[in-house]
Amino acid sequence: MTTVNQATPGAPPVRDHSASRRWVGQSIRRVEDPKFLLGRGGYIADRITPGTLHAAVLRSPFAHARIGRIETAAALAAPGVHAVITGREAAELCDPMPDFGPDPAKHTWRCLAAEKVRYVGEGVAVVVADSRYLAEDALELIEVEYEPLPAVTDPERALAAGSPLVHEALESNCAYERSFDFGDVERDFAEADVVIRDRLRWHRSGGQPLETVGAIAEYDQGTGSFTIDTNTLSFTSYLFMAAGTLKVPVNKLDIRPVPAGGSFGSKLFANKPAVIAGMCARKTGRRVAYLEDRSDNIANCDHHGSDRVYDVELAMMRDGTMRGIKIDVVDDYGAYIQFGVGHHGNALAQVVGPYTIGSVRYRVRAALTNKNQQGAYRGFGSEVNNWMLEQMVDKAARELGLDPVAVRRMNFIRDFPHFIPTGNVYDSGDYERVLDHALELARYDHWRAEQERLREQEGRYVGIGVITAQERSVFSATEFWFWFDEPGAPVTSTPESVSLKVDATGGITAVLYSCAFWGNSPETMVAQLVAEEFDCSPYDVSIVYHGSRDGLPATGPGGSRTTVMLAGAVEGASAKIKEKARRAAAHLLEIGPDDLEWADGGFRVRGDPERKKTLGEIAIMLHLFKHSFPEDMESGLDASKVFDHPYTTMPSADRKDLGVFYPFVGHACHVPVVEVDIETGVVTFLNYAAVHDCGTLVNPRSLAGHIVGGTAQGIGTALYEEFVYDDDGQLLSSSFMDYLIPTAMEVPELTIGHVETPSPYTPHGIKGGGEGGRMMAPAAINAAVNDALAPLGVRLSELPMTPERILAALRAADHAG
Amino acid sequence: MAPDTRTISLTVNGQPHVAQVEPRRLLVDFLREDLGLPGTHIGCEHGVCGTCTVLLNGASIRSCITLAVQADGASIDTVEGLAQGGELHPLQDEFSAKQGLQCGYCTPGMLMRAREILAENPDPSPDQVREAIASNLCRCTGYQFITEAVISAAARMRATREGVAP
Repeated sequence: MTTVNQATPGAPPVRDHSASRRWVGQSIRRVEDPKFLLGRGGYIADRITPGTLHAAVLRSPFAHARIGRIETAAALAAPGVHAVITGREAAELCDPMPDFGPDPAKHTWRCLAAEKVRYVGEGVAVVVADSRYLAEDALELIEVEYEPLPAVTDPERALAAGSPLVHEALESNCAYERSFDFGDVERDFAEADVVIRDRLRWHRSGGQPLETVGAIAEYDQGTGSFTIDTNTLSFTSYLFMAAGTLKVPVNKLDIRPVPAGGSFGSKLFANKPAVIAGMCARKTGRRVAYLEDRSDNIANCDHHGSDRVYDVELAMMRDGTMRGIKIDVVDDYGAYIQFGVGHHGNALAQVVGPYTIGSVRYRVRAALTNKNQQGAYRGFGSEVNNWMLEQMVDKAARELGLDPVAVRRMNFIRDFPHFIPTGNVYDSGDYERVLDHALELARYDHWRAEQERLREQEGRYVGIGVITAQERSVFSATEFWFWFDEPGAPVTSTPESVSLKVDATGGITAVLYSCAFWGNSPETMVAQLVAEEFDCSPYDVSIVYHGSRDGLPATGPGGSRTTVMLAGAVEGASAKIKEKARRAAAHLLEIGPDDLEWADGGFRVRGDPERKKTLGEIAIMLHLFKHSFPEDMESGLDASKVFDHPYTTMPSADRKDLGVFYPFVGHACHVPVVEVDIETGVVTFLNYAAVHDCGTLVNPRSLAGHIVGGTAQGIGTALYEEFVYDDDGQLLSSSFMDYLIPTAMEVPELTIGHVETPSPYTPHGIKGGGEGGRMMAPAAINAAVNDALAPLGVRLSELPMTPERILAALRAADHAG
Repeated sequence: MAPDTRTISLTVNGQPHVAQVEPRRLLVDFLREDLGLPGTHIGCEHGVCGTCTVLLNGASIRSCITLAVQADGASIDTVEGLAQGGELHPLQDEFSAKQGLQCGYCTPGMLMRAREILAENPDPSPDQVREAIASNLCRCTGYQFITEAVISAAARMRATREGVAP
């Protein structure tokens, strides 16, 4: 166990959080809502203007094939068609796509496939026409010669000798392999009483927001500049990579964020549609919209989720003490690997969960196969680690004959800040309180009694899952490169910026950079934080989403960072504004600045509260009455803050310590009660309680919404959703008829509880919480199903637990026809 | 070659329209692009998700798999017609009060479906609401706060109908 209680090297100062807050902590209505309720959301498809051309993409029907001749003349001659661009032509017009993965030159990723296709749905040509209808008509006139190649869709087969190669230049389908040891693994396993082993399989699902990805691009030949509106902006600091793809200087590329109809990670970065729209706009000299349809998105979104095979060993003492864990994971990345194995950085941030496990061996192999590539999906791989670890804890409890709740409780980390073996820190927490609250909300004892009664009296199989797991937030850039001894780009910045501008009437406008609206609530969060600083109404704060050109450094949503980072930026910009306002007020009141205090929306004289200037009174003077101030007082009242990540440290050279890279760590306990119908394999919910602790709450109702919504997605991952590829690489679940998103009938009503353990290191003590529901639910539901089937000796270790898989497991144990 | 078109006349949110449309033109594209009503969204384009739900003669339909010519002579209601005189409809107001929306993309379809549900049953139970809105997918909310919003709106609408201040 590595517990550090003394002042920690590299840690920021511990903050003293104000106990009284007016707006932070209130479940106010979201400021974003009215436009969406009125049908005036301004989504990307709503911004198509008359005369805009439409692009449509021809997609490969083969999982793996060389591209021969492409005949485009008939398509080009079709009514309303302005351009047809093949993959080979696109490779001339554009450089490869931005790629954060290892060795991108050996697995080159392009906006359209040029030499060969590597998965079903990969684009091979694009048509630009007067309407989407005409563009799709013309797609049917394009003839492509394919030379089919053998496909590989199983990650372990892909790594075996003799497998078809997805990228010949790599000479292997293994894009990355390394084994890390953290702590004394050999000693912990040598001293352990027992080693619990399991093999676990997590199949791929994905965010599948109801709005697909789209972009509308214009190219101005006169200035050589692109303007691209898209619903996928993030990582503004890295937009030079997207500019490179489009072959323009980054200051000639303005990517403007528009509201996204959901993302859940799948709209991370400015991805292919923005590049395709931009390429087509420059080629035609016209404004071009490229909006994916659902088939485009399911097969080709570049954001399928994790797809892992685990072999795990957990070293235990007989009393239930966890000592060490060996994790060997193969992850099927699909045909490309745009974010490298960053998903496993997310896992390593909280690899030991809330437990005092002292050592970790983590071996990861990234397999390339003939599937759409992985991207981001709520949890970014940490949710898979949560599921794996909780499965192991339950298996250990079962094999040792111990109570699974007691095993968790006895291994809880109790002292904070706590450094886990990988080097990441858990800033604060109170896991026992979360557990106790969850068991109470879930009426755990009642359901344990019911479970026994229903089994004995009615022959029904009811199960209760209890999982206690972590919810990391606010990543550091080190997680993208600590995989390598000699990283190509060992970057360390992940800032977020806000500008606040107080107009002459005292009205406040907040400008956000790279921070798209994705269904999260950046406007409400910023409005509440600004209102907290200036004692105004959050509904009086105006929010502007700035485009990428001439913007301030920003990283954008991802890794549950938005609220924490915006809070820091708002705090910093507010302090600068208040400093200037204090000097101005002091001058106007003819008193020293230090004799003033901020109260009720203005500065007043200490001990003489009637002598005061409101922010509005100060603002109008600063805007319009220059001669009322000393010469060095500039007109206006605005300030910007570039808020850097408050707590990161560097990894050690030998990578036995990865440093602090995901420090604000929340915690949750989910307790679902399920019934498994052993005749049909169908799982239904009888109850579901969830308690989350992600520090100080900004808007409890909003967070509760994310918990329920994330849990609904976790239910999909656990029971229904899977991108199924057959052995030939055909995507069998290529529509919502086969890719099953839970409806209101599959999602139970949740009982939600909150515990607030403030972070000592963030403004107001906030931690990120947007991904929590999906980080917990798959583990919890798997635990509940296994608990239900325990009397039959059946245990599921593969997600999603479809009726077929449950029945197969029952049959294997001789319990079903 | 000019495309073959048909003349249709229909009422949308109480306003009469006469238009020339291609027979293959989808109702959702007609509403969004030809009439400039972008509130009806496109989700899956194969009739599963319900994002594109509008009311045709009072009954919910999927405008992404309905042709504009099929709406000839019909009365269509879209989300743009819900708010009256600058006042949000009780459903819209309760969706906001209960945070029954996050990204807002499924919301217009969900609102129109909810309106149909309450027209059929002004006093549904939460279970009845859940069963009825299972026609429409929401990827953000997990449906819980949508259900609460519909129940609250129903109470307000009943109170208004009975002449009691909501």
